[in-house]
Amino acid sequence: MTAIAEQTGAWLESFTRQKPAAPWLQELREAAFQRFAELGFPTTHDEEWRFTNVAPIARTNFVQAVGQAKACPTEVQQHLAKHAPFDNHAFVALNTAFLQDVTYIHIPRGQVVEQPIQIRYDAAGGAEPVAAHPRTLIVVGPDAHCTIVETYAGTGSYFTNAVTEIVAGSGSVVDHYKVQLESPAAFHVGVMFASLGRSANFSATSISLGGALVRNEAGVTLSEGTEAMLNGLYLVNGAQHVDNHTSIDHVQPHGTSHELYKGILDGQASAVFNGRIIVRKDAQKTDSKQTNKNLVLSDEAVINTKPELQIFADDVRCTHGATIGQLDAESMFYLQSRGIGKQDARSLLTYAFAQDIIDRVKVQSLKDSLDRILFEKFHERAH
Amino acid sequence: MALLDIKDLHATVGDREILKGISLTVDSGEVHAIMGPNGSGKSTLAQVLAGRDLYAVTGGRVFYDGKDLLAMPPEDRAREGIFLAFQYPVEIPGVSNMYFLKAALNAIRKHRGIAELDAMDFLALVQDRMKLLDMDQVLLNRPVNTGFSGGEKKRNEIFQMAVLEPRLAILDETDSGLDIDALRTVAGGVNALRSPQRAMIVVTHYQRLLNYIVPDYVHVLAEGRIVKSGGKELALELEESGYAGLGIVDEEEAVGKL
Repeated sequence: MTAIAEQTGAWLESFTRQKPAAPWLQELREAAFQRFAELGFPTTHDEEWRFTNVAPIARTNFVQAVGQAKACPTEVQQHLAKHAPFDNHAFVALNTAFLQDVTYIHIPRGQVVEQPIQIRYDAAGGAEPVAAHPRTLIVVGPDAHCTIVETYAGTGSYFTNAVTEIVAGSGSVVDHYKVQLESPAAFHVGVMFASLGRSANFSATSISLGGALVRNEAGVTLSEGTEAMLNGLYLVNGAQHVDNHTSIDHVQPHGTSHELYKGILDGQASAVFNGRIIVRKDAQKTDSKQTNKNLVLSDEAVINTKPELQIFADDVRCTHGATIGQLDAESMFYLQSRGIGKQDARSLLTYAFAQDIIDRVKVQSLKDSLDRILFEKFHERAH
Repeated sequence: MALLDIKDLHATVGDREILKGISLTVDSGEVHAIMGPNGSGKSTLAQVLAGRDLYAVTGGRVFYDGKDLLAMPPEDRAREGIFLAFQYPVEIPGVSNMYFLKAALNAIRKHRGIAELDAMDFLALVQDRMKLLDMDQVLLNRPVNTGFSGGEKKRNEIFQMAVLEPRLAILDETDSGLDIDALRTVAGGVNALRSPQRAMIVVTHYQRLLNYIVPDYVHVLAEGRIVKSGGKELALELEESGYAGLGIVDEEEAVGKL
């Protein structure tokens, strides 16, 4: 057997044991599994996975989580797997091969949904590690408004392999939040793809706090005059590893994209930020700005940050910048000179570093709970 | 026993000696002005007393209230009642002025075994002290010094001092960057805080500030040493004849004349 076949063998067994689905879905699953079997799990020889070793996932035998396998509405067919292609992505292929339930949200044309829509995926690892493949499809009609909060959490050892597809119609306003609070032993690969219509206004915020080995991907495709904002905050400590890959594809002219990802690293933890920006030939007058800032609190933590700009149009403005730094000595002294202890000063400045991402969160309840979680995290770290 | 007793203090930054043997005694209730040209070591002295680790103390002793000041980390010095009003107050985006000040005050109270203030009592205290400095309430909810004008930053320093009620306040060039109206307000705040239980060291390049905060003693610092001490009339003497009258080269003035 080849290496790939060895890895995928256990998955094949689980795959063949799945209850068959409706013919169209069964066909999709089979094509996806076929592709997964061909690709195998990525290795650090793949440029896209250079700093993230998924061998711990590849060598674990997981029990597949059993869903409710409810029938998908027919309109799901129109979009499912159209925005998150699996031909080049082993984890998306795997998710599609094990697709059981789709969380489907549809906001019709012109409808304004004021209340944030909360989606929560809870995993529970038992005696044996469990693999779950949550799938979300969000279809927002033209000129509709909505806010989606996706939360991933759980207990024990498990692997969450999530795919979210978002279709935002022309003139729509969509704010998407992903809050990753997985258990300390969890593997998490979460991929979000969004196809954004003409003059749509879209924001994606990724808050990554939990998990042992984590990959967050966010990919957006812009149309004419689309505005996209990608924000991210990742916190790692101990032996945690989190990888953030983003891709912003300007296909048509007059698009704007702003990206700000901030990371806080402590212990022996490691993190990756890879920000790809593509400006296609027709995407003139694109305005794109990417910033990645990292606060490294220990000597052993490692951050790999890389911008990846592919610009094929000539009349565009694209800027990018990355910083890696420690806590500012002047600020530390200022706080201490007022009576604030060294550890409290550190936690206060660390919390302050994360603040501008939290400030951008427009859902008040989410903002409050993130504020509390961060405050406690830094405080307990300091004491 | 003097509140502050500095004996033959030497300090370096890198391998350059900045303080070359400073001795100074300050009692409660006294205001001492330390004057001197740029580069004389005035700010270094202020920062060394507050515990900035950028400077290495290479000789001498400092006793504060009978305790070895140099053995204390900066936060303990603050908790024991030392306050440094910074020449360049530090901007801390992401931390509100209010939160910062409450954390500071409660750390100091805790150290002294006094009950910490709750949000309501703290707000009442803060509002009372804001009047002293004619401060805008808006500044309280902003991040520390972030987006403040130069004058607002200096005002914020003295406001913090009014809330934290130190026993020894060191004002490092509090007048720099202030227009005359702001200078009056800030000096008014400082004067309101003068008390028999509190000592102040006012570091300044110019005599101007001392028209508003009238010192009991004036010391002239040059090249890391106190070269002359006297009463408040010494400041006026300097105003008349400049540092050159004492045979001191003032780099700033020298450059100005070129």
